[in-house]
Amino acid sequence: MAISRSEVLKIADLAKLEFGEAELDAFTVQFQHLLDYIEKLTEVDVAAIEPTSHVAVTEDFEKHIFHEDEVRPSLPVEESLGNAPDPGEGHFRVPKVL
Amino acid sequence: MNLRDAYRIRETVHSGERTARDWAEAALARIDAMDSEWGVFLSVEPETVRKRADAVDRAARGRSLPLAGVPVAIKDNICTRGLRTTCGSRMLETYVPPYNATVIDRLEDAGAVVIGKVNCDEFAMGSSTENSAFRITRNPYDPERVPGGSSGGSAVAVAAGMVPVSLGSDTGGSVRQPASFCNVLGLKPTYGRVSRYGLVAFASSLDCISPIANSPRDLALLLSVIAGRDHHDATSAPVAVPDYAAELRKPVEGMHLGVPGEFFGEGLDPEVRAVIEAGIRNMEALGCRLHEVSLPHTEYAVADYYIIAPAEASSNLARYDGVKYGYRAPEYDDLLDMYRRSRSRGFGPEVQRRIMLGTYALSSGYYDAYYGRAMKVRTLIQRDYVKAFEKVDALLGPVAPTPAFKIGEKVSDPLAMYLSDVYTVTANLAGIPSLSLPCGFTAGGLPVGMQIMANQFREGTLLRLAESYARAYPLPDPSTRLPIPGA
Repeated sequence: MAISRSEVLKIADLAKLEFGEAELDAFTVQFQHLLDYIEKLTEVDVAAIEPTSHVAVTEDFEKHIFHEDEVRPSLPVEESLGNAPDPGEGHFRVPKVL
Repeated sequence: MNLRDAYRIRETVHSGERTARDWAEAALARIDAMDSEWGVFLSVEPETVRKRADAVDRAARGRSLPLAGVPVAIKDNICTRGLRTTCGSRMLETYVPPYNATVIDRLEDAGAVVIGKVNCDEFAMGSSTENSAFRITRNPYDPERVPGGSSGGSAVAVAAGMVPVSLGSDTGGSVRQPASFCNVLGLKPTYGRVSRYGLVAFASSLDCISPIANSPRDLALLLSVIAGRDHHDATSAPVAVPDYAAELRKPVEGMHLGVPGEFFGEGLDPEVRAVIEAGIRNMEALGCRLHEVSLPHTEYAVADYYIIAPAEASSNLARYDGVKYGYRAPEYDDLLDMYRRSRSRGFGPEVQRRIMLGTYALSSGYYDAYYGRAMKVRTLIQRDYVKAFEKVDALLGPVAPTPAFKIGEKVSDPLAMYLSDVYTVTANLAGIPSLSLPCGFTAGGLPVGMQIMANQFREGTLLRLAESYARAYPLPDPSTRLPIPGA
């Protein structure tokens, strides 16, 4: 599956990453190389095969995964803000969203 | 004071012959003497360690804590309250977790002393530890070579005798492969056997916290402390934890072992092949019955893994946006620009590569062809193992196609790096446990590990085989092989 520079830019936008011009060219080449390898998977006959999204134990999951929605002790606000790049007064401050 | 045997260390603390403080000081001294050369630790706080060791000494009095006084090194993608946790990334260079991973609480309740955080590939993405943003970790058997990855620091901390045991994480081989490269044992448990709460997520359906040690007995000891259901992790298995120590002593005579032909094909270094084949004959000499088996979808494993893992990573790493924690770019035009700049500067090239690959595989128009298809191939890979385990108790094979490669050799060829994961990724895709056992050396003195795989929740089978093997064919004393004085 051939990939163009503009497609790489689209993906970068989805991923919220940015590349410089030279970086972008080098990256596109590498990306193409990887995608060419991954094409291998098209050789496999998956016609009647169910997908596997995880391998966790899910028998009786209602019993051991769900629990009552009870309030329990949690992190105090100051600790939650402990690594914040810009803590306001008890909140995370960011540039205007709207 | 020999820092190679956790079981012996805890016995000396139980008997009063030594204190937790004695052992902590010994570990700190070794780290102080050796770390600059080997590049293992990212964070060590000696005063915190001493306070903790003293607390263990007070708590341990009159009790038989399972890991009393045992120094442990922790891969830097596992959260330790109050102790910096970087994941090997500039994105989290100053991040200090406000909570402990469940495994840390369990280790500490058992009397262990966390000595410090060790180096790894950034966000656990890599097979050489060269993707760490901070430092290069060197292989103690040849300082010009990689220790493997992504848990390179965890493997070297144990291999170099700085600590007797460590924790790493294994998503596609990241504990088994460094264990193989560094002549130590590494055990990737069944998916869900050990809680992932507090393990910084890379690929949520593949990640497994995994112990590294010098003996099967120490692996059993660690695993019995950290394994078990955790209500903080919905994927942790509600399956009882067996007595792993008791499993060690069980005989292996008459066990059926499979050798998958696909693990011995083209690409396997002839010296590695020779070591593994000798290891397999050794297992046979213990009274095990060998069978040829097939895992027909092995050739698709790397392609499958390198869609699924990056896809999951692209989702898990979306949280790093400079908002609540982690690196935030100093200047930006608006919110989206803040995200872009923070992420592009905080993440290294390999992480960005995988996020891009994953984003592509999940994007509208490509989801079915890539991620959808990959999930179906995963089913087939898992079925290969189910079929094999109908016939045999365990599978034997190499861990990696080569011994440790030179620093810099593969870092500019991502695909070559990915292909080196061929024998390890399938265990993660299938969710089965797998162990790397030191098996010998190449002519040049580089360690080679043998991989032993078993069905889900059969860690006991792995430990039993490893223990019987180690008793019959004593693992070489690392100090006779390492070029480190006094190791």
